[in-house]
Amino acid sequence: MTGKLSAGILASGVFGALAWAVIRLPTPAPGLTDQAFGALDASGVTNPVTAVLLNYRSTDTLLELGVLLLAVVSIWALGRSTGAGFGRPPGPLFAGLLRVLLPLLVLFGGYLLWIGAFAPGGAFQGGALVGGAIVLAVLGGLSPSRFAGRPALLRVGLTAGLVVFASIGLAVMLAGGWFLDYPDGFAKTLILVIEAAATLSIGLTLGCLFIGGEPTADDRSEPSS
Amino acid sequence: MSAAPATLFLLVGAALFALGIAGVFRESEALRRIIAVNVMGSGVFLFLVAIAARGGGRPDPVPHAMVLTGIVVAVCATAVALALADAAHRSDHDDPDGGTR
Repeated sequence: MTGKLSAGILASGVFGALAWAVIRLPTPAPGLTDQAFGALDASGVTNPVTAVLLNYRSTDTLLELGVLLLAVVSIWALGRSTGAGFGRPPGPLFAGLLRVLLPLLVLFGGYLLWIGAFAPGGAFQGGALVGGAIVLAVLGGLSPSRFAGRPALLRVGLTAGLVVFASIGLAVMLAGGWFLDYPDGFAKTLILVIEAAATLSIGLTLGCLFIGGEPTADDRSEPSS
Repeated sequence: MSAAPATLFLLVGAALFALGIAGVFRESEALRRIIAVNVMGSGVFLFLVAIAARGGGRPDPVPHAMVLTGIVVAVCATAVALALADAAHRSDHDDPDGGTR
């Protein structure tokens, strides 16, 4: 009882301190709006959020892809999954719906990847749709053990985003720049290549996070790689 | 956006964060704690998006990018936490099939 009471007091105190800070926030609000929009012409894209993610602060995004990979490795280290817990699809209508929905989800994932250069969208939004497609497919009866059939291919897909991103970052150093300092005129192409690889990796990673455990064959034999 | 609605969203974000803290310390079940941490995260995301709108005119893209990054990291952290909770649950119940789901 005292624990619950002190949790309430702690939460009230935190809210009070935050509310005090919010009310005392400086006006006019400081920010990086002008710098972010000012350098947009040189960033290779016209969507400022994509410019921040893949140009101004691309190291953040590179490390974020590392976090995604780390999460999959951590979960795989905890056990294997044959998908036995997912059971059967709820009915024949669901399978019929999936036949229409899955291609559309992948198509819109690609569309979001492309539109990210000019409008809200990008690798994470596109990857989320691909990941959602994998989740639906698994719920619809696709056995995760099917992923175990090609273990090397799955690993290439999971690491593609990080590998392509880091390779491009290092390659531009050969051209004389800093790490991830895109040469003039190449920014748009390089960003699109990085985002395409990242979309694939993010989608596969989210799907693997949902499956939980390293996909393994139904007969519980070691996957041959 | 004028300053007043941004302040409202900032306060709601702070309230969500505080509610999440209360949940983390009140609850003893792992699943409830994980959900509480996610409520805290949602509060932070709302706070950052509201911060981006404070300047009036064009929103600041930098906090938006931080929220996008944060959502992905939060999803990963939640997935790892759930897998750990599941592994702990199975080892508590001494499941002979412990290694495989």
